Amino acid sequence: MVVAQNTRTNNPVGKSVARNDVLEKVTGGATYTDDIQFGPGLLHCRVKRSPHPHALIKKIDYSKALKLPGVKGVATGDDFPDLIGLYLKDRCFFARGKVRFVGEAVVGVVATTEEIAEAAVDLIDVEYELLTPVLDPEFGASPEAPLIHPDLGNYDHPNFIFPVANSNISNHFKIRKGDIEAAWTQCAAIVEHTFRIPHVQHVPIEPHVAVAKCEDNGQVTLWASTQSPFAQRALLAKALHIPESDFRVIAPLIGGGFGCKAGVTMEAIPVAMAMKYKGQPIKFRLTREEEFYTNFVRQGLVIKIKVGCDKEGNLLALQNRMYWDGGAYTEYGVNVTRAGGYSSTGPYDIPNVATDSICVYTNHPVGGAYRGFGMAELHTGVDQAMDMLAAKIGLDPVEFHKKNCVQGGDVLATGMVIHDVGIKECIEKVAQALDWEIKDKPSAPNKLRGKGVALAWKAPAMPPNAGSSALVKMNSDGTVTVSVGGQEIGQGTFTAMAQIAAEALGVPYENVKVSGPIDTRYSPYEWQTVASRLTWSMGNAVRNAALDARKKVLDVVAEAWGEDAKDLDIKDGYVISYKTEESVSIKDIVVYGLPKPNDGGWIGGPIVGAGSFMPSYVTGLDAETGQGNRAVVHYTTGAQGVEIEVDKETGRIEVLRAACAFDVGKAINPDMVRQQMEGGFIQGLSSALFEGCQLVDGVMRNPSFVDYRIATAADVPAEIDTFIIEHAQDDGPFGARGIGEHPLVPSIAAVAAALYDATGLRITNPPFSAEKVYLALLEAGLVE
Amino acid sequence: MSFHRITIRINGNLEQVDVPGNLTLLQMLRDKLGLTGTKNGCASGECGACTVILNGDAVNSCMVVAAECDGAEITTIEGLASSGDLDMVQKMILEEGGVQCGFCTPGILMSARALLNRNPHPTEFDIRDAISGNLCRCTGYNRIVTAISRAAEAESAAVK
Repeated sequence: MVVAQNTRTNNPVGKSVARNDVLEKVTGGATYTDDIQFGPGLLHCRVKRSPHPHALIKKIDYSKALKLPGVKGVATGDDFPDLIGLYLKDRCFFARGKVRFVGEAVVGVVATTEEIAEAAVDLIDVEYELLTPVLDPEFGASPEAPLIHPDLGNYDHPNFIFPVANSNISNHFKIRKGDIEAAWTQCAAIVEHTFRIPHVQHVPIEPHVAVAKCEDNGQVTLWASTQSPFAQRALLAKALHIPESDFRVIAPLIGGGFGCKAGVTMEAIPVAMAMKYKGQPIKFRLTREEEFYTNFVRQGLVIKIKVGCDKEGNLLALQNRMYWDGGAYTEYGVNVTRAGGYSSTGPYDIPNVATDSICVYTNHPVGGAYRGFGMAELHTGVDQAMDMLAAKIGLDPVEFHKKNCVQGGDVLATGMVIHDVGIKECIEKVAQALDWEIKDKPSAPNKLRGKGVALAWKAPAMPPNAGSSALVKMNSDGTVTVSVGGQEIGQGTFTAMAQIAAEALGVPYENVKVSGPIDTRYSPYEWQTVASRLTWSMGNAVRNAALDARKKVLDVVAEAWGEDAKDLDIKDGYVISYKTEESVSIKDIVVYGLPKPNDGGWIGGPIVGAGSFMPSYVTGLDAETGQGNRAVVHYTTGAQGVEIEVDKETGRIEVLRAACAFDVGKAINPDMVRQQMEGGFIQGLSSALFEGCQLVDGVMRNPSFVDYRIATAADVPAEIDTFIIEHAQDDGPFGARGIGEHPLVPSIAAVAAALYDATGLRITNPPFSAEKVYLALLEAGLVE
Repeated sequence: MSFHRITIRINGNLEQVDVPGNLTLLQMLRDKLGLTGTKNGCASGECGACTVILNGDAVNSCMVVAAECDGAEITTIEGLASSGDLDMVQKMILEEGGVQCGFCTPGILMSARALLNRNPHPTEFDIRDAISGNLCRCTGYNRIVTAISRAAEAESAAVK
């Protein structure tokens, strides 16, 4: 299944070549941010945090802290008054004037050791005047709620975000398509239900860590575990009023991100400290407890769905009102809300749609990007509602999904016409793998058994003009160095990029190296490593750069040989002529050039190919109706199904087997696609069975691995079937589109559907913990 | 702060280290000896990223006091491959595609090695049990389980 490393793999696209980033990961040689040695001059930072969800800061007294030996200094909100934020600029480096969530940074301390910095934090006194917190998004959106950001009307934001001044609504995305009121009268069955999806945490095994240093001349370097080195450079340089070229971000390998290392999060703090205390590097790393309660969360969602179909089961209308619990700052969350809005139908063809996707400030942790970017939360509501509607109209769920899923040419709720998608084949594959028609008996008398299926779609959520660039440098040993600005976050992007470059150039995969770590001083620009966009967008840039290098090589050889470049090709690292059957190894020409005929001088020289990519066709959407020509670049679609048993004595759900199928356009590396499907499904399953931030009065009550459980090796089904469907993406490299996030999108809804099939119960507020399931069984009289 | 002079055999080499009484084995490995392959994921014994083999047992090095390791034999991820040859668990986890971000990988490999040292013929349950204290957020675990199982088979075939 994996090609051995000592081979020459030509035309590697579509082959499961060995990854190029993993050897050092199994020997301990891979360098993550915390592994970089900074020597004895390294200083350490710790933070005094707010214990209150909503309060005015009346007084900060750090005089005792400054007297502690080893303490270098402190910083507060008053030192850095500028607002930052990826989409909506609503956040300061440290709290200014008031705190808006438990865990918000109030004072930063720099000291010679972490222990001294922590001791100094304990010596800081902050006086607060408590304010009434907003702890529910639906209430937060109402006029009765206290205002969390009275200045919302003045905050800077792009024109596709719609904040409502003098409210807690930081974005209100709407769709109005067709005539929804008339449509209800034609429905033979209608389902109306409210679903509540809790906040969950990303839980990368590597906690956030960043080191910042400001030189005396004002140049700043940030070493960070980050998905967004270029976005961090742009946002932080602007907030600090320094040129972008004076702000350098070095981004080593990441030990898992899943969205929480996108944008700017805790990195702002060591940068701020470094600006104030110049000349020495300052390290800040989050404890696991801080990782849980102070960082970006997947925001909670209250989703109210009304959906109806005719008597044949054809969907006619959907009303979808979503209240996103955006937390204290919604700089990034406003775009999760937008994505939830324009994708609010799920992958279903529905002629009449009314959507309100509302991002609400609350005094909860800050919502950010999380693998799926709103889609897992959305589908947890929409797909369960579809399963309910199928049951109500008397259709098998698989039949219902196949009848209603989107197909190429359909006009989506935003007015966009969707491209060719293979979602119907995905449904069929999943149903087949689970022997959908066969109802298996439970394995024991105390067990109930059932199957469920759910669909997924997701588009890259990003600004319309998010771009990528790449360089392909040819070396005199015949190897090729590819420079990119996208991050290797575990998904295997460096491998996929090497495959794409090798394929486009005509050299073996093993001869292509991808240069890391990403360094904004030397790496070409990349917007962010998010949105499942790298294979497609950065892949296009790499392909273009490789084609540019290829053209330069062929032009040189054509001139030297007196041939037409059209008769030349590069195969296995050799330039060959179809006309004369001459050949030459590229290593002999890509640096030193070629002699002209008759000793008439030289041509060529070192060859570097450059390429970039930016979608040019995404249009704006009308603020009142959500209508526009093209809302997004494309959708990756798929289906997932599970077979489960429920233990009546404990309420525990055991997943016996699972099947995942996604249309990835073209699998650049099929085995890596399967790895994404398996890993993503298990992350989704973990959120279905175990995960949720227990927020009580704004305080997270379970900020540890003991109390916030994630799936272990003992929890996962051994049998996970994966299927790759390939309906080519018209503007993807070799037809590819992304798959990184999608596999966890349908997991909660699939488990919920199987739980219904097994027990007849609808539990609509995940996680489906053993306790919750048992109590539901008890209440329904299924156990005594 | 009291310091202790300890002698340990680490990855086959004898080392003498002066450690303060409150230093954990994890801190000693990373900050005193520069062995940064062992990862810090929680510093509270819950995630397994810092697993090393201490006197034959897989332990969370963040929960071990360095000063108490005098005379101990310790193997870290840096010592798993011998004279350039990957250990069988390393080879198999690469072949099976059981590595993504790689942050949990060192700890998982050390747990796997300790398991196979004491139980050369583990069942699937034994394997899942042995790595159930090693959290992984990327892979979904099954490829890792298969890799360890295949490593056990390959090693016992080599013994025969």
